[in-house]
Amino acid sequence: MKLRTFAPALATAALATLAALPAHAQTEIQFWHSMTAVNNEWVNDLTKEFNASQKDFRIVPTFKGSYDESMTQAVAAFRSGNAPHILQVFEVGTATMMASKGVVMPVGQMMKDAGYKFDPAAYVPAVAGYYTAPNGQMLSFPFNSSTTVFYINRDAFKAAGLDPDKPPTTWPEVALAAAKLKASGHKCPFTTAWQGWTQLESFSTWHNVELATKRNGLGGMDARMVVNSPLHERHIENLANMAKQGLFIYKGRGNVPEASFVSGECAMITTSSGFYGNVKRNAKFGFALATLPYYPDVPGAPQNTVIGGASLWVISGKKPEEYKGVAAFFNFLSNPEVQSASHKRTGYLPITMAAFQLTEKSGFYKENPGTDTAVNQMIRKTTDKSRGIRLGNYVQIRAVEDEELEQVWNGKKTPKEALDSIVKRGNELLERFEKANKG
Amino acid sequence: MAVEKRVRFRSWWLPWVLVAPQMAVVLVFFFWPAGQALYQSVMLEDAFGTSSQFVGAENFERLFADDAYLASFKTTALFSVLVAGIGLTVSLLLAVMADRVIQGGVVYKTFLILPYAVAPAVAGVLWLFLFAPSVGVVSFALRKLGFEWNHLLNGNHAMTLIVVAAVWKQISYNFLFFLAGLQSIPKSLIEAAAIDGAGPWRRFWTVQFPLLSPTTFFLLVINIIYAFFETFAIVDAATQGGPGKDTAILVYKVYFDGFKALDLGSSAAQSVVLMAIVIGLTVVQFRYVEKKVNY
Repeated sequence: MKLRTFAPALATAALATLAALPAHAQTEIQFWHSMTAVNNEWVNDLTKEFNASQKDFRIVPTFKGSYDESMTQAVAAFRSGNAPHILQVFEVGTATMMASKGVVMPVGQMMKDAGYKFDPAAYVPAVAGYYTAPNGQMLSFPFNSSTTVFYINRDAFKAAGLDPDKPPTTWPEVALAAAKLKASGHKCPFTTAWQGWTQLESFSTWHNVELATKRNGLGGMDARMVVNSPLHERHIENLANMAKQGLFIYKGRGNVPEASFVSGECAMITTSSGFYGNVKRNAKFGFALATLPYYPDVPGAPQNTVIGGASLWVISGKKPEEYKGVAAFFNFLSNPEVQSASHKRTGYLPITMAAFQLTEKSGFYKENPGTDTAVNQMIRKTTDKSRGIRLGNYVQIRAVEDEELEQVWNGKKTPKEALDSIVKRGNELLERFEKANKG
Repeated sequence: MAVEKRVRFRSWWLPWVLVAPQMAVVLVFFFWPAGQALYQSVMLEDAFGTSSQFVGAENFERLFADDAYLASFKTTALFSVLVAGIGLTVSLLLAVMADRVIQGGVVYKTFLILPYAVAPAVAGVLWLFLFAPSVGVVSFALRKLGFEWNHLLNGNHAMTLIVVAAVWKQISYNFLFFLAGLQSIPKSLIEAAAIDGAGPWRRFWTVQFPLLSPTTFFLLVINIIYAFFETFAIVDAATQGGPGKDTAILVYKVYFDGFKALDLGSSAAQSVVLMAIVIGLTVVQFRYVEKKVNY
C-alpha cells in the first residue's frame, strides 16, 4: 500500500473510532468493596443499574477482600497515590477514617458542591448520627447498615415442643428454650456470631448502659472503656453458665458461627441483620427473626441496638469531575425505591425513613414476618448511651474482646477477670489512638 | 590445612563486579526494609500516615509492659521447637525411606514434594477444614475414638493444629535437602559398613547421620527462621491466635497489628524485636551447634 492511499484510510479509521465513542468520554469511578456471595451480586446489580441509567459516569466495583483487607489495601494505595474514589469501610474503621485528616472528602460537602439536596434528617437517626462528625457534618454515606438480631430455626423449635411463633425475647427465656432444645437432642441450642458486637456492644445500648465513656466515643477520642459493670458481668456469667451446661456452644470469631445456623446445627443465633439474604437462600428449614434478647428487670431495656455494617467513604484529592460522578451515584443510592429494594433483598437497614415507609406500604413486612425487626430496633429514639459506639483502634479492641471472652468460655478466666482485662487492654489502645491522632 | 583452596583474583575490581548483583539484592530486599522497620519502630503514625511523630523507645516500652506480649515469647518458643523438631524428624525419616525405594521412587518423591507448592494460608485453611470441630474429617474420626476435639476453645488442640499445618508445609523442603544429602553419600561407605556387619540402624547412626550433619544444620537454621517468620498466614487462617492468645506467636501479632489494625509503629517495633531474636539464635547456632558439624 502506498503512503498516499494509506494516510486517508488511517484518517477515516481514526474518525470512525472517535464517532463510536460518546460525545465526551465517560468518567470512570473506582469503587472498592468487601461484599461476598449474595451481597456481592447485589453490589454488582446496583452499579449496573446506575451505569445504565446515565452516560457520563461509569462505576467500576472491585471486590478487595474482607473489610479489614480492603482497608489495608486502601491505606497502601493512598500512601502511593492510587486510592479508589469510593471505599467501603466497616463501622469498626469509622473512628480511624474520621481521625485521618485530609484523607476524606466529606460526603455532605461533596453532595452540596455537586448541587444535590442532601438532608441528613432524612436518614434513620441512629445511622446518620453514627457517621456524623462532632461538628454536625456527615462524613460518609451510609450504605449497608445492619444491626444485631436474633434468628431461630422454626423446625427445631417445633421438634422441641416450643412455639415457633413465639421466639424467646429475654435471656431467661433463651436459656429455657435452649434447655428444651437440648433435651430434644439438639447438639447446639444457641450460638453467637460477632461475640464482641452482639454480647458486649449491642448488649450495652440495648440495655441503655455505656460500653465506653464520652457517649461511647461519639463525644471524642478521650473515651475510655467501662464494659465491666455489674450488668455486663451478669450477662457474661449467664452465658458462661449456659456454655457449661452445653446450652451455648462457641463456634468461633467473626461471622464464622453463621455457617452452623445455616446448616441446621445450631438452633438459635445472635448475629447481623445482613445475614438474612444468606439464610433465606441457603437454609433448608423454616426460620424466623426476632429482636435481640434482653433482661426484663433492667430499667430502660430494651432501648435500641447498635449499628454495624459499613458506609462509603470518598477519598480526597480527586478531580471535581469525578466527585460529580460519585455524587450522582450516591444520589441514585438515596432513592427510596432503590433503598427499599436493597433492604428487602439483603436484610440491611433501609437507612432513610422514606425507604422504610415505602417498604412498609408494599406489604413486605406482613408477607415476611420478622423482617422489620432490625428496623424497629434501630428506629426508636436513641439516648446518649445508646446512639452508637465509635472507638479508635477498634479492630484491636474487637480482637481483645474475642480473646478475653474465649477465655471465659473455656473456663480459664472468670467473667469479672475477663471484663476487667478488656477494660484495661482496651484503654491502652484508646490512649494510643488518641496520641497517634492528636497531631 | 595444607592445601590452599581459595581462588585468587589478579584483578582488584573483578570480584566486586561479580558480587555486585548479589549485594544489590541483599541491599534492596534486606537492608532497606530492615532500615525502614527500624525507622518506623520509633515513630507513632495514624493509619494513613498523614501525621507522624517521633516517640523514641515508647513503642518498645509499651510492648514489654504488655503481659500478653511477654506470654507470646513462650508460645513462640514452643511453636518453633515443635515445628523444627517434628519437621526435621519426619522429613529425615521420609527421606531415608524414599532413598531405599527401588521401584516407583519418582512417584513417591513427587508426592512428598507437592505440599511445598501450597501457599501457607491455603495450608492453614486445608487443615482447618480437616479439623473443623463439627464437620471436619479428622475431628469426626477423633470423636468416633472418644476424643472430643475442639481447637476453638482448647489451646493445646489449637497449637497442635497450627504445628501440624506448619510442619506439613515445610516437610517437602526438608525432604528434598535430606534426600539430596543421602544420595551424595558414597555407596562404598555404607557397603563397607555392611560388610563389617553393621545393621541398617547402626549404619544410619554411625555413617549416614554424621555425614548428613551439614544438611541437618542448614535445615535447622532454615526451619527456625521459617517457624519465626513465615507462619503467620497459617495462624491467621486457622486460629487467628485464639483461643485467647494461646496460638498468638510473635510474627502473627506483627502481621495483625501492622496489616489489620494499621498500627505501623508497634508492628515495626515487634519486627525489630523478632529480627534481634532470630539474629541472636542464628549466631548461637553457628557458634555452638556448628562445631558438631563435619563438612
